Amino acid sequence: MASLGKIARRTFLIGSAAIAGGVAFGVYAARQPFPNPNLDDLSEGSASFNPWVIVDNERVTLIAPHADKGQGVFSTQAALIAEELDIELDQVEVSFGMPDQAYFNTAITEAAAGFPMYDHSPTAERVRGFLGGVAKLAIPMMATGGSSAMPDVYTKLREAGATARETLKLAASEESGVPVADLRTERGAVILPDGTELPYTALAARAATLAPVTDVALRDPSQWRMLGQPMDRIDIVQKSTGTLPYGIDFRTDDMRFATVKVNPRQGGAMNGYDASAAEAMPGVERIIEITGGVAVVANNTWRAIQAANAIEFDWGAAPYPADQAAHWEHLAGIFDDEHLNAEARVEGDVEAAAGEEITGEYRSPYIAHAPLEPLNATILVTEDRVDIWTGHQVQQFVEQVVAEITGHEVDNVHLHNQFMGGSFGHRLEFDFIRQAAEIAHQMRGTPVQMTYSREEDFVHDFPRHITMGRGVAKVLDGQVNALDVQIAGQSVMRSQMGRMGLSLPGPDTQLHEGAWDAPMFNLPNFRVRSYLTEALAPVSSWRAVGAGPNVFIFESLLDEAIHAAGADPLEERIRLMGHDVSVGVLEAVGDMCSWNGANIGEGRGRGVAYGFSFGVAVATVVEVTNTDGGIKLDHVWVAADVGRVLDPVNLENLAQGGTVFGLGHAINCEITYADGMAEQTNYHAHEGMRIWQCPPIEFRALENNPKIRGFGEPPIPPSAPALGNAIFAATGQRIREMPFNKHIAFV
Amino acid sequence: MRLTVNGTEHEVDVEPDMPLLWVLRDELNITGPKYGCGIAQCGACTVHVDGFAVRSCQLAIGDLQGDVTTIEGLGTPDNLHAVQEAWIEQQVAQCGYCQSGQIMQAADLLAANPTPSDEDIDAVMGGNLCRCGTYPRIRAAVHAAATKLQGA
Repeated sequence: MASLGKIARRTFLIGSAAIAGGVAFGVYAARQPFPNPNLDDLSEGSASFNPWVIVDNERVTLIAPHADKGQGVFSTQAALIAEELDIELDQVEVSFGMPDQAYFNTAITEAAAGFPMYDHSPTAERVRGFLGGVAKLAIPMMATGGSSAMPDVYTKLREAGATARETLKLAASEESGVPVADLRTERGAVILPDGTELPYTALAARAATLAPVTDVALRDPSQWRMLGQPMDRIDIVQKSTGTLPYGIDFRTDDMRFATVKVNPRQGGAMNGYDASAAEAMPGVERIIEITGGVAVVANNTWRAIQAANAIEFDWGAAPYPADQAAHWEHLAGIFDDEHLNAEARVEGDVEAAAGEEITGEYRSPYIAHAPLEPLNATILVTEDRVDIWTGHQVQQFVEQVVAEITGHEVDNVHLHNQFMGGSFGHRLEFDFIRQAAEIAHQMRGTPVQMTYSREEDFVHDFPRHITMGRGVAKVLDGQVNALDVQIAGQSVMRSQMGRMGLSLPGPDTQLHEGAWDAPMFNLPNFRVRSYLTEALAPVSSWRAVGAGPNVFIFESLLDEAIHAAGADPLEERIRLMGHDVSVGVLEAVGDMCSWNGANIGEGRGRGVAYGFSFGVAVATVVEVTNTDGGIKLDHVWVAADVGRVLDPVNLENLAQGGTVFGLGHAINCEITYADGMAEQTNYHAHEGMRIWQCPPIEFRALENNPKIRGFGEPPIPPSAPALGNAIFAATGQRIREMPFNKHIAFV
Repeated sequence: MRLTVNGTEHEVDVEPDMPLLWVLRDELNITGPKYGCGIAQCGACTVHVDGFAVRSCQLAIGDLQGDVTTIEGLGTPDNLHAVQEAWIEQQVAQCGYCQSGQIMQAADLLAANPTPSDEDIDAVMGGNLCRCGTYPRIRAAVHAAATKLQGA
């Protein structure tokens, strides 16, 4: 891993000039493309060396602008700064800060383009060029998504800490007369050769007057004292004592509680309503018409929900097929040139290739995000300004969306981003923000907290897209000789961006993500084509987005082919893979579980699957037993390569949790439409995994990937096919449709 | 209507069918117990009534008999309950939204069964949903808390 340090330093040398605000000091800030937003409100004697570090005479504040929906970036961002700043996490205050373009995500366009480094096909180059042009023209966007937080901040936050540290040392040198070279830093203080400690807080006033120290080199990871070691998350005590306020817990004087009802046929009209019964109910203060529905404002959330349930509505029809069967029929009919999204991967000639044919059709259903904290937002609109308290992944857009509704200048609209009780992609959406803003706009001067009932949260989710896959594999001489994969689905990106008023012309790479970029370079004949429709229910990014359904399709078909060839599922995958990092995770997971074939005894079986998403190679093995009571999950092993492990405990937690998430939804979750409405409205019908189904999950992290990657999403894709493949090994039954419990019982 | 929460007596003016959860959250601003489902499917609202775990979203305030303890009353950052200590040591939480309910349920479990097996844990904790999937750490934390309580 010696090369990584060099890469990081090289990135720094280029990045120090290019990264917005990363070296923005004092008057120099004005010359940067994105000024340091902290300088606007800085009090006398305080120093802010860049958008991420503020020091005054009482405290050191670190700004961790990426949204935290449970993945732990609040802590990790702070640790990246603190590592170089030489301060401990119990000595600092950490804040999400306020949205600003200085915090724009430099990695998300890379993730959104989704091109593997090794892919130089004409199609890839064409789309890459196109998306690059869009990114250049677009407003730099502050956003948390696409597992991009760590690639975004890995260098720039360490630079922020290092530049602040060196400037504080310069201030100490001026104060003490000791040359900078003789100073060191530790625990939030500059230390003189005689042992005298000058706390950073005592140096703030002088540091604020200094020109920036820009020639700082980042430490080699071998010198790290904090990163790479197990860390206590800085939110862990609050989260274990009920004292961490989420958006839904925001309280202020004189606030009101509201809820909304809009057409459960997503996007359908409201023809009329009768709220006379609701108006008379206890605690109800106002019934307000909002876009597409009605809001109830009351003095208690429960009363608001009770009253909303008492309103009689006349809802219009859904702008998509009313019943689920028609959704599948539609998808089955788009495998044609007219609907071609992209011929994303072509190697050899799958049609001419020799071998015994294996064919399969696979289905991945709509699934709800259903974070445990129902969507909510608290907004106060006054004459001069608007304040918003909610958790959101696209912070500046929230302010813009609200400004459009209230008529304020966007500079006077302030999002106070909150910790989120999960998101899984739901908090990339804006309906709940618009609804809360429409309510607050009509309740000027009064803070109003709008909370969805769980039922509203379900029926008004924009679920994971449905996907149908068709595959033809050919096996020859005990090996897989060809894979021809066709994927038909919805364009998540067009659906989602359309609701933001943005368009995405050209192919949607998410439609084949996780299949076309499988780095199986030793597969001589390989084709992936995707087909796109926009005619179905509105959908959104669901944790892992396209790779979730596509890895299920791809790895299930591959497994069928390997079994038909009589090859070993792990060995054949390793043989097909011409990518060292991916071979590494497959070998690691085999080592972890002492792999000795898929068949491990009567009624028992193991399945392996590999997934490549967001730049991370992940291999998962699931072991099951077919019991009298159904399939029992006995054990899971996961190996992944994120390039650089910053917090091993949190990484393991994400690996285990992501695997539970992937397995649970594969077993028992789907959203189906009837009469245009989602039939599943609460957790009894869309349960996910319970603790009694959860097997032991062992995890190993590798660090061979040349680039650091995020891990919020990559554990998800291989978990479902690994389970399906294990069930086949144990029972001989191949399940080609999620959720699996439609086809087989589970314990 | 009167109720005692975490040792403090409160007087609230609400209809008797209002669930305890909403009395706590929106009338008394005690927000540790969470709203997740409203139909006893997720357990995020779990509190103790006279020491026993109940789903506060299902208990009408008019039917409340006994003293209420919420996560805030179980222990505090400066004076942690053994279960909370274990939750911190095991770094259980991801989003953390369900963990108030998980901890209250685990405290009830350990009061009734000081040395639970994995099967005992699964049986009692099965009603508490964690969307982030922290179950392996929850199991480990319950065992760790059991050891702490045994030693206490």
